[in-house]
Amino acid sequence: MAFAAFATGTAKEQAPRRKSRIALLLLLPGILYMMLFFLVPLVSLVMTSLQAPVEFGDIGEYETAFRWENYVVAISTYGEHILRSFGYALMATIFALLFSYPLAYFIGVKARPWPLLQKLMLVMVIAPFFISFLLRTLAWKSLLSDEGFLVSSLKALSLMAPDAHFTGTGAAVVFGLTYNFIPFMTLPLYANLERLDTRLVEAGGDLYARPATTFFKVTVPLSMPGIVSGVLLTFIPAAGDYINASPQFLGGPSTAMIGNVIESNFLVTNNYPAAASLSIILMAVILVMVVVYIKRSGTEDLL
Amino acid sequence: MSTQEARILSEAVTDRTATARRGRIGFGSWVLPVYAFVALVFLAIPIAYTFVFSFNDALKSNVVWRGFTLNNWTNVCAKIEVCEAFGNSLVIGVVATVIATTLGTMIAIALVRYRFRARSQISLLLFLPMATPEVVLGAALAAEFLTAGVQKGIGTIIIAHTMFCISFVVVAVKSRVSTLDPALEEAGRDLYGSPAQVFWRVTFPLLLPGIIAAALLSFALSFDDFIITNFNAGTTSTFPKFIYISAARGIPAEANVIASAVFFLAIILVLITQISAEARRKRLEKEGK
Repeated sequence: MAFAAFATGTAKEQAPRRKSRIALLLLLPGILYMMLFFLVPLVSLVMTSLQAPVEFGDIGEYETAFRWENYVVAISTYGEHILRSFGYALMATIFALLFSYPLAYFIGVKARPWPLLQKLMLVMVIAPFFISFLLRTLAWKSLLSDEGFLVSSLKALSLMAPDAHFTGTGAAVVFGLTYNFIPFMTLPLYANLERLDTRLVEAGGDLYARPATTFFKVTVPLSMPGIVSGVLLTFIPAAGDYINASPQFLGGPSTAMIGNVIESNFLVTNNYPAAASLSIILMAVILVMVVVYIKRSGTEDLL
Repeated sequence: MSTQEARILSEAVTDRTATARRGRIGFGSWVLPVYAFVALVFLAIPIAYTFVFSFNDALKSNVVWRGFTLNNWTNVCAKIEVCEAFGNSLVIGVVATVIATTLGTMIAIALVRYRFRARSQISLLLFLPMATPEVVLGAALAAEFLTAGVQKGIGTIIIAHTMFCISFVVVAVKSRVSTLDPALEEAGRDLYGSPAQVFWRVTFPLLLPGIIAAALLSFALSFDDFIITNFNAGTTSTFPKFIYISAARGIPAEANVIASAVFFLAIILVLITQISAEARRKRLEKEGK
């Protein structure tokens, strides 16, 4: 499972044995590809973010410039969307962690005597990946719509105001983000907990620690690398997502996230510099958070 | 305190902790399994919904249940746009997977087996795309294509998908390469195998499970990608893009049919690989004894 490997960094480096030209030949095509279609585009994105509109030109015509105020404009115009993106992504990450930890603990620790059951449950965890992302989000939209079973029965029981909605609210967007990225949280947690040394947990009990104390002082610290990679794998795609928050899916008019703004600026209004500077801001904030977070949680070896 | 007393005391203590632990397991033994079951059911809800509504006798939009029919399954291509989009997605997925798996496997082998300068920079170059939000990857490539004046279409989608798949392939294959015993290749060389023979007869077969896993992963990533595709597709349709565009006026039930079929195919593939891996492990264990 690739995510697990990425998450836990289990790939132990063997002592590199020989220097060789073969290494260069093996690396060259792939690395050139990544430079051409990952690094150069990033540079081109930075250049685009600094472009200025052509004087007397058409809409969508821009020329190379160094207009740093594009960033100021982007932040002042879309500050609300930027904050909302990180707020939603943070909530979704916390909910996904709370949802996934007990599940991963059961699969990785309690179900150890039954390897086949473990495998089956893992397949069920990744099953949502195999049905289209968009269709599963639309499925929730129908299920949670005003005509849907859940909302209509809540209204019949007067647990929800008759004119209240769930779809189109921020809560629905956070729900969608949480659901869609749960496997990204569960897999690295599982990969870590699966190797948890239960003798250490038992030792906690033997030393008269209450179960809760043992859990927070032994189990959680031991599973920190899994938690860190799960949080990153959930938070990063959630912050940049624009499907859940789109009004056609679970969002409404006031739930637009930074991804929605980038999309509409780039593909609808052809305001490339605004879209590019917002993308650079999103990437920069995420990179800073990733580095700080990894340093803080003492799992530098992930990088 | 005599040794006798100490023994009794320690027995008492073990006994107490044992009871305490048993009590705890008694509690956890039903709460956790029940939770895990409910959680897995929750994860499956939208899958079940999509599958059930593939049998809906729907008109234009497939939201209200109008009765059971098999027509959607027997005439999948009644909505020609659905099949066209699906075909494009298949082509893109296969081509991007072949390129990404080849390039990624080569990098993975080099990273584990050889020593060279700029190693950490190369690792960073491969790690960064996975830590970058898709919307940024998509916008960046689209900005490059715009600057270079490239016409967007199926080619640009393949370029984009190959790019984000390579990193995942490297990670998946790398973990396999690092579990490989270099002595096996050495043995091949000692037996006067040429480098090409050693690679195709020894290294490649041993790496194959990792390469297959990486290829499946990259096909899945490519097939379901919408965000990056949307920025680089131009007017070309893919399966996710078709769903996104028709979400406003209603998804035809044929889309549910294709999604469900793909789902079951993928699940069967995964189950086969998991069960055969389990069988192999058992066989090896038996032979080891």
